[in-house]
Amino acid sequence: MTLESLQHGKRYVIVAVACADPMVQRLMVLGLVEGAEIELVSIAIGGDPLEFRLYGMSISLRREHARFFAVSPLANVS
Amino acid sequence: MSAKENLTRIAADQIKVRHHPAGTVAVVGNPNSGKSTLFNRFTGLRQKTGNYPGVTVERHSGIARADNAAVELMDLPGMHALSAYSIEERIAVDVVLGRMPGIDRPTGIVAVVDATRLYQGLYLLQQLLELDLPVLVALTMTDAAKAGGLSIDLEALQQHLCGVTVCPVVATTGQGMTALRDALMQLPQQAPAKPPEFWPRLATEVQQLAADLPASMTRTEIERALIDGSGALETHVIGELGDGGHERLQQARQRLFGDIPPLAEEARHRYDWVRKLLPDVQRQAPVLTTWKTRLAAWVNRPVPGTAGLFLVMAVVFQAVFAWATPLMDTIDAGTAMLSALVMENMPAGALASLISDGIIAGVGSVIIFLPQILILFLFIIVLEDSGYLARAAYLMDRAMRSVGLSGQSIIPMISSFACAVPAIMATRVIPNRRDRIATILAAPFMTCSARLPIYALLIAAFVPHTDIGFVNLQGLVLFGLYMLGIVAGLLTTLMLRKTALHGPKPAFALMLPEFRMPNARTVLMQLRGRATVFLRRAGTVIFAVAVCVWALAYYPQSDGVASDLLEERAVAAISLTGNQLEETYARLDNEAAAAQLEQSWLGRAGKFVEPVFTPLGWDWKVSAAVIAGFPAREVVIAVMGTVYAVGDSADDATLSERLRAATRADGSLIFTLPMVFGLLIFYAFCMQCAATLAVIRRETNSLRWPVFAWVYMTSLGYIGALLVYQLGSL
Repeated sequence: MTLESLQHGKRYVIVAVACADPMVQRLMVLGLVEGAEIELVSIAIGGDPLEFRLYGMSISLRREHARFFAVSPLANVS
Repeated sequence: MSAKENLTRIAADQIKVRHHPAGTVAVVGNPNSGKSTLFNRFTGLRQKTGNYPGVTVERHSGIARADNAAVELMDLPGMHALSAYSIEERIAVDVVLGRMPGIDRPTGIVAVVDATRLYQGLYLLQQLLELDLPVLVALTMTDAAKAGGLSIDLEALQQHLCGVTVCPVVATTGQGMTALRDALMQLPQQAPAKPPEFWPRLATEVQQLAADLPASMTRTEIERALIDGSGALETHVIGELGDGGHERLQQARQRLFGDIPPLAEEARHRYDWVRKLLPDVQRQAPVLTTWKTRLAAWVNRPVPGTAGLFLVMAVVFQAVFAWATPLMDTIDAGTAMLSALVMENMPAGALASLISDGIIAGVGSVIIFLPQILILFLFIIVLEDSGYLARAAYLMDRAMRSVGLSGQSIIPMISSFACAVPAIMATRVIPNRRDRIATILAAPFMTCSARLPIYALLIAAFVPHTDIGFVNLQGLVLFGLYMLGIVAGLLTTLMLRKTALHGPKPAFALMLPEFRMPNARTVLMQLRGRATVFLRRAGTVIFAVAVCVWALAYYPQSDGVASDLLEERAVAAISLTGNQLEETYARLDNEAAAAQLEQSWLGRAGKFVEPVFTPLGWDWKVSAAVIAGFPAREVVIAVMGTVYAVGDSADDATLSERLRAATRADGSLIFTLPMVFGLLIFYAFCMQCAATLAVIRRETNSLRWPVFAWVYMTSLGYIGALLVYQLGSL
């Protein structure tokens, strides 16, 4: 499962990043690395880009980059 | 404070002791961390604004003073990391590393960290601590953190940062500023910060390399050469290492990163450190949703968000027109009064004409648009500072992608409705050069505030003020012109992206700042800065052009015209009396003025180029005004005012009435509807702004793009006007 397919209201943790793309590396510098907890906030009109929240900040990225981030759901968090 | 101390203090104030700055401190932080607000608080109006060498990125510096000390502050562009991604980040990194030509390496760093975004803030801070410079942390937005239920353990934070001083502040209200100022004054004398260990293997590799490098090379420079690869820094390090330098660097990289991109590995290790530290230093209490989070959620929902964006734009444009009118009327009346006063009290002649028709009319016609420009700038600054413009970029990304741009281009595009010059500078946030140039070339098509005067004049004069349903016809035409600019700009980008600027689709990733109430002080300071720039232009370029144009229209004075007039007046005085005589005098004066203008330099120039513009339905007067408008389009109104007002006795007639009455020699009207619409389209497309061309040249660092923009836009304007006039006149 990747960042592309998160459900609203659930929290996830990034487990693996395919980091060949320079844009993905930039997103890692912005904090999207393995171990970071993340949730989906909104989807713009037309289904893209996506807005995520991590550690109190909002970041938006496109689906084409979101698919490089593998996530798994965090249990026991509402 | 004792009486004696008090006295010394008063004495010191009175003799205004000016302490020499003890050092230069760079203010570094993430974008939107409150960095500039803090900088403004410290330096007030004692700021210097310049440019970094070779680029148009503004360089802000100023002196921060306390009772008995002073420190020079440099406000750097916002950055996320020392691995630069955009031009602005590149500049900030170069300044911090002391690699910017002409700027000495700072002697200290004020790291501005947003308390609500410690995660990213600590990433940059960790890098800054490795700079081998004294570091002071200003923890901003502590009020917002508190309101959000976030408590920060300052002691634990200082401990994790190896003893660096952390000053919590609320930059907007000034809370905590005294402690921060005191710490700042001490900073240049402090010992360099000790970096916290986060990746021992990297430190070891750097140490081994440092052993064979000059002592002036800092740990950060070696790290960046290892991690970022390519570029001046790597070449420099390899050169200093001597023979086999390249191999040594490669081997170190292989040991550290293997086949994984170095930047990704760096990010992983640094964020590991940040994540371990976070639970110790901050605690998040469960809080009820605030109006900000609710507003942010609503604004980002696709349909209401997008509808809201259009509503915001509509309000902005409505405000620009409706709110500015009373002020503009006042300025208009004031200029007319001043002009009349000069004419009445000065002997008729060149000087009176220069002051009244050249200077007052010329400058007045520019200042009159200051209210509109200020209102527009005010809205854009407030939208930007509140965090809304970033949301707009997010919402519009999908739409912008269809013309080959990304959502990041929307901010320059919206700014260019005020002025293309700051808009083109705002494209620096776009990392890719092709995307950036495409945006730069689309920006001048947006209806800037300098086009408004011409639109407003022609629409008010020639479009009837009738209502069609809810909307007014004049407003509709204006809206149409705005849309025309947008469509032309976007089609231009689309065309360029398919041809000269063909390349991979632009990437898009953006931090979306929290909504926050913009700080009135910061907004007003920015507004003041932009108003000053506009007035400086009005006071120099436009003023100079207005006076030149007046001179071109006034000289050479024709003796023939003057003596003919005297003769004809004398003849009329014999046969006519009373009102009839007055009317004849007025008619004769007008005819003489027209004859004088026609044989003036401007008239001759207009006539010379008239054949080029005849297919557009223009006469030599319009052609002359258009020629004069090429350096700066806002001059056109001044020129038209001069061309139609010089020597004219009918002082109370407004320009639009004169335009409506303008005829050719055969008595046919010049300003017919097809001609007026052609003229409007000409101004919508034509590149008449030397300042925009200059900034395109500087920002693209080539002559090719400004030349292309000028030729392309001017031809488009000409062809558009030609088509409308010819088809409309059938």
